[in-house]
Amino acid sequence: MSSNNGLYPGLNLGSVHDEAHQQAEATVFGFWVFLMSDLIIFGILFASYASYLNPIGMAGAPGPQALFNLKSVAIQTAFLLFGGVAYAGVSLSMKYDHGAKKLIGWLLICALLGGGFLFFEISDFIDQAAKGGKPQASGWLSSYWLLVGLHGFHVFSGIVWILAMVGQILTRGVDDVVKVRLSMLGVFWHFLDLIWVGIFSFVFLVPLA
Amino acid sequence: MSGQSSPTFGNLDWEVTPYTDLLEHVNSSTIIGAGAASVLVLGAFAGIALLTYMRWWKPLFRDWLTSADAKKIGIMYIALALVMMARGIIEGLVMRAHQATALGALDKAETGLVAPDHFAQLFSTHGTIMIFFVAMPLLIGLINFVLPQQLGARDMAFPVLNQVSLGLTAAGAGLVMVSLLIGDFGTGGWTMYPPYTGLDYSPGEGVDYWLWAILISGVGSTLTGMNFAVTIFKSRAPGMHLMRMPLFCWTSLCVAIMLIYAMPALTVSSAMLALDRYAGFHFFTNASGGNMMNYANIFWMFGHPEVYILILPAFGVFSEISSTYSGKRLYGYTSLVIASMSIAVVSFMVWLHHFFTMGQSAGVNIAFGIATMIIGIPTGVKIYDWMATMWRGRVRITAPVVYLVGFFLLFVIGGLSGIILANPSIDYQVHNTTFLVAHFHNVIIPGVLYGMLAGVHYWFPKAFGFRLDESWGRRTALLFVGGFIFTFMPLYVLGLMGLPRRSPTFQDPDFLPWMYIASFGAVLMLAALFCLLWTFWKSYRHRMSLSVPGGDPWNGSSLEWSTPAPVPEWTFASIPKVQARGDWGETKRAGDPWRAPDSYADIEMPANTAHGLIIAGMAFALGFAMVWHIWWLAALSFFAITAALIWRGMRVIEPRIIPARQVEEEDRRFREYVAGATPITRADEESERNRGVPDCSEFAG
Amino acid sequence: MFLLAGMTAAIALAMAPASAHGVVEDSFLQPMGPVAAEQSKHLLRVIGITMIVILPVLIGVPLILWRYRYRKPRGAYSPEWEYSEKLEYALWGVPVLIVIVLAGWLWHSTAKLDPYQQLGPDPLQVQAIGLDWKWVFIYPEQGIATVDELAIPVGRPVQLMLTTDTVMQSMLIAPLTGQIYAMPGMSTQLNFSASRAGTAEGENTQFNGSGFGRQKFKVRALDPDEFDRWLDGPDSGLTLDEATYATLRRQSVLADAKSDLGLERSTGPLVMSLGARDVFDRVIGKYHRTGNGENAADAEAWGGIGLPAPAKQESGQ
Repeated sequence: MSSNNGLYPGLNLGSVHDEAHQQAEATVFGFWVFLMSDLIIFGILFASYASYLNPIGMAGAPGPQALFNLKSVAIQTAFLLFGGVAYAGVSLSMKYDHGAKKLIGWLLICALLGGGFLFFEISDFIDQAAKGGKPQASGWLSSYWLLVGLHGFHVFSGIVWILAMVGQILTRGVDDVVKVRLSMLGVFWHFLDLIWVGIFSFVFLVPLA
Repeated sequence: MSGQSSPTFGNLDWEVTPYTDLLEHVNSSTIIGAGAASVLVLGAFAGIALLTYMRWWKPLFRDWLTSADAKKIGIMYIALALVMMARGIIEGLVMRAHQATALGALDKAETGLVAPDHFAQLFSTHGTIMIFFVAMPLLIGLINFVLPQQLGARDMAFPVLNQVSLGLTAAGAGLVMVSLLIGDFGTGGWTMYPPYTGLDYSPGEGVDYWLWAILISGVGSTLTGMNFAVTIFKSRAPGMHLMRMPLFCWTSLCVAIMLIYAMPALTVSSAMLALDRYAGFHFFTNASGGNMMNYANIFWMFGHPEVYILILPAFGVFSEISSTYSGKRLYGYTSLVIASMSIAVVSFMVWLHHFFTMGQSAGVNIAFGIATMIIGIPTGVKIYDWMATMWRGRVRITAPVVYLVGFFLLFVIGGLSGIILANPSIDYQVHNTTFLVAHFHNVIIPGVLYGMLAGVHYWFPKAFGFRLDESWGRRTALLFVGGFIFTFMPLYVLGLMGLPRRSPTFQDPDFLPWMYIASFGAVLMLAALFCLLWTFWKSYRHRMSLSVPGGDPWNGSSLEWSTPAPVPEWTFASIPKVQARGDWGETKRAGDPWRAPDSYADIEMPANTAHGLIIAGMAFALGFAMVWHIWWLAALSFFAITAALIWRGMRVIEPRIIPARQVEEEDRRFREYVAGATPITRADEESERNRGVPDCSEFAG
Repeated sequence: MFLLAGMTAAIALAMAPASAHGVVEDSFLQPMGPVAAEQSKHLLRVIGITMIVILPVLIGVPLILWRYRYRKPRGAYSPEWEYSEKLEYALWGVPVLIVIVLAGWLWHSTAKLDPYQQLGPDPLQVQAIGLDWKWVFIYPEQGIATVDELAIPVGRPVQLMLTTDTVMQSMLIAPLTGQIYAMPGMSTQLNFSASRAGTAEGENTQFNGSGFGRQKFKVRALDPDEFDRWLDGPDSGLTLDEATYATLRRQSVLADAKSDLGLERSTGPLVMSLGARDVFDRVIGKYHRTGNGENAADAEAWGGIGLPAPAKQESGQ
C-alpha cells in the first residue's frame, strides 16, 4: 500500500487499519466488476429491444403508441432519481458518523422511493397487459417486458438488500463489514438510475419520437 | 412422460427412465440407454459404498466439501472434470461406432447402433459436457490451484464465493448426469439453436435440462471470472508487478476478463429461450415476431470468446512448461503478454464467423472474416515464441513435453483449418459439415486437453506430494495424440466429401472406410483415458518412491516451487517479497534460496463452511424442479437460496487463525528436510533420487 | 511431416472422382459449376499460403527436439537468451504479411462469390421451401413443383430463393455452390450455374430432427434440350395445392410422404403441377402479422404454423 490517502475516505474504516482497507478495496472492486458483467446483460437486452422494434417484431400486437404512458414513466423517473439523491443521505451519515438511527432513516426513505417506483411500474404493466400488451403477444413485447422487468427486479432486489442492511445494522451494528456493504449498495442503487436513464430514453422516448 | 402434470411430482412418472424403453423394444439403442443409466446408478452406489467402507464421509465433508481453500477447490474442479470426461469420451466412442454402422438408404428407416433420436442426444450431451463440464472445470480448477501460488497470495480474493462457484458448476453437471437416468436430454446440439429447441418442435424436458445446467453453471463461471480478476488485481504479493507475473497468470487474467464479459451473453440467450419455453414469450419463435437470428448472435457473442477462454490457460501452461523443461528463459515475455491480451480483445469481434451462411451481406462477412484471420497473428507469434524458447535449450522429454510437441504439430493443422473456415467463400461449403467438427476438435483437443493434462502432470506433485509416473504419462500422451489423429483426420476428409455434422445416417458407401478409421481412433481415445487413470493409480501405489517433499521437482522458476509438496494450506509461511520476474529462479541464482523467514506471524485463513454445499444442493433442486415442472420445489429452493445468502450476510464470520508457532514448526521441518537432502541434477529428474530438491547451480531460466 | 503427408493424401483422396458409384457427386472438390470451382481453387490457394507459417513448425519442432534434447544435445546452450529484436520483427512481421495477403484474397473471393449476386442475365427462377426432411422446389414460370429433385439447364444461371416452413435449415449443393440458411418468414438466395451435365447431391446441413440424415435431394444438371424434355415429362398427376402441401408439411421423409399422398412408396422424385403461383410468398406470409389483423387468418392456411400433426391412422378414425 503506497498511500492510504484517498482510500474510501467516506467509510471511516479506521485510519490505521490497513487490512480493513485492503479487504474493502478488493470487495468494492469485485462489486464493480460484477456490475460491469450486469451491464453487459442490459446492453444485450437493449440491443435485442432495438432489433424487435419494427413491424415484424411487433407482429400486429399493440405497439408503443398504444401502450406507453409517458406521464407515469416520468413519475417513475422522479421516484428513482430522488431515491438516488436520498442515498447521498446514507453516504453522508456514514461519513460523518451520524449514528445508526439516521442511517436507517435514510435507508428507509430510499426503500420507500424505490417502492413508489415499483408501484407505478407495476400498475403500468397491469394496464398494458389489459390492453393486450402481454409479453406473449409479440417479440417486441417480450423484449420490452424482459428489459424493463429485469430493471424492476433489480430495484426490488435493491429494496430487499436495503432491508437486509437495516437488519444487519440492527443486529451487528455499523461495523466495517456493514460499511463496505453499504458503499456497495450505494454503487448498485446509482447503477439502477443509470440503467433507467437508458430505458427512459431508448425504450420509451425513441419509439414515440 | 405421459398424462397430466401432478402438483406433487410435476411431469415425473415411472415411465421416464430408459428402462421403460428397454421393456418396450429391445435393441442396441435401448440397451445402450439402459446400460448408461445403470452405470450411473451402480457408480453412485459404488461411490457411496466405498466412502462408507473406508469411513471417508467425514474427511470428505470436513477437508474437502466445506473447504474454502482455492487449492482444494481447484482439485475438486479437476476431479469433476475427469468424471465428466469419462462420460464424454465414451459418448464419443458410441457415436463413432454408430456412424460406422449407419450406412443406410433413403427409403429405409435409419439403422446402426443407436436410434437417430438417441444419437442426437449423444452429440448434444457430448458437446455440452465437453465444453461446459470438462474443459471449463479443468481450466478453472487449474487456475484455482496455481494462480494464488504463482501470485504469492494465500487464497482467492473471495474464497467462499469460489466455493459457491464450484457448487453451481457441480449442480449443472449433476443435472446433465441425472438426465441419463431420468428423462431425455435435448437433441439440438450443444448450441441448442431455436426454433428447433422451442416448445413447438422440442416439447418435453430435454432442452430444459440443457437450459438449467447452463444457466446454473453459467452463474458459477461468471462469479469465478470476477474472483480471478479481483485476485489478480488486488491480491498479488508485494513486488509482484503485473509485468513480473508468470505467463499463466496473464492468461488467467485474460480468462477472467472474458468470463466477465462473455458469460452474460450466454445467460441472456438461455434465459430468453427459457422464457419462450416456460412463459410463452416470442424471442426466438417462428411466428409472432420472434427472431431466431438473435439467438445465434447472442449465443456466439458468448461462444466465440468461450473458445479463447478454453485455449488461453493452455497457452499459459505451455509457456510455463516450455521454459522449465528446456532449462531456459521464456522467449519473448512481452510479446506473449501482448499476444494473449490481443487474442482476448479480438475474440469479442469475430462472433459472426459462426454463421457466415445466415444471409447477411458480403461486406459484413468480409469484415468478420478478416477479423478472424487477425486472431491468427498473435496465435502464430505465441507458437513461434515457444519454439524459440526451446531452441538452444536442453529439452527433457517428459510427459508434459510430449503433450507440448503433440500440441505444436496438431494445433497448426487446426490453425490451418481455422484459416480455411475464416474465408466466407469456403465456409459456405464446409460449414455444418464434419470438416467443422474436425476443426474445433483439432484446436480443442491438442489445445485445451493436452494443455490441461500437461498442467495436471506438471503441478500434480505440488498438490499431492508425489510425481506422476513419467513413462505412463508419456504413454497416455502418445495415445491421446494417436487417438486424435485417427479420430479426426478422417472427419476432415468426410467433411470435404460433404457429410453434414450430426448425421444419424448417410448413403454414400465411400464414407465407410473413413468411418472405420475414426472408430479405431475413438478406441484409442478410450485407451488413453484408461492409461491416464492407470497413471494416477500406479503413481499412487508408488507414492513413496515418487515423493518430492522438497517441493521443486522440475527446478522451476516461479513462486509456487518455493514451497513444500504437498503445499500447506497457507501456501507461504510468510508472503514473499518479489524482486524480479521468475523470482524463485532469481533467488536460486543468488544462492541459498531456502533461507527461513526472519519471523513468523499468525495466519488468517477462511473458515470452513457448508455455504457452497447448501447453495449447490438448492441450485440442483431448483434446476431439477424447473425441468420437471415441480413448481413447489422450485419456489422452495429459490427461497432457500435467497435465505441462505441473507442469513450468511447477517452473521459475523471469524477467520480461522493458524498460530505462528504451528507455521514455524512445519516450516522449520521443511527447511531441515531440504538442507539434509541431496540436490539432484536434471539427469536424475525422473529417478527415485528426485526428492524435489534440485541442484541450484544448474538452474537457468 | 507424416501428418502433413496424411492431410495431403486425405485431400487428394477426397478429390479423387468417386469411382464405381460416382453417379451422384457430393463434394465441391469435383465442381460441376463455376462457383464451386472457384471455391475449391480458393481452398487450395489458402492452404498453399498458410503453409509458409505452418511448415516451419512441422519441420522445426522435431528438429529442435532432436538437436537440443537433454540426453544428447548437439547445439549451443544459451539459457538466458530471451529476446532478439530482429526475431521479434520476423515473428510478428511474417504472420502480418501473410494475413494481409490472405485478407486481400478473402475480400476478393467473398465479394465475387456472394450468393446474392446473379451470375448472368435471365436466370432460371426456382423457389425452395424446406420442410421437415424434404425440400419442395417450385418453378413459378414453368408452373411445376417437385419434391427432392432440382433440375437445372447447363449453362443458364439459376436464382434459387429459399425459405422454410419449419425450423431453420441450411441448403448445400456442394458440387455447385455453398450453403445458405433458410428460415421461416424470411427468404435467402443462392445464385449458381452448372457448367457440365451430371447429378449432384443436395442436402440440409442443419440438424432438424430424426429424419435429418435422409433429407437429401438430387440436383440434375441437364443439357438445355434435355431440360426442356424434363419439363414436359410425366408428372405424378398431383397438384401442389393447399391439401397436398399440408400433407407434405408433416414430419416425414420423401418416401413416406409419397405413400401419405397415395403414391407408390419410393425415393423417386415427385413432380407436380403448380396449384397457385404464389405458394412461396404465402408460406413466408404465414409468419407475418403486421397489423390490423387483415392477414391473421393466413397463419392457419397452407398447413398452418407450428409442428404439424402426424398422419392420422386410417383404421382408428
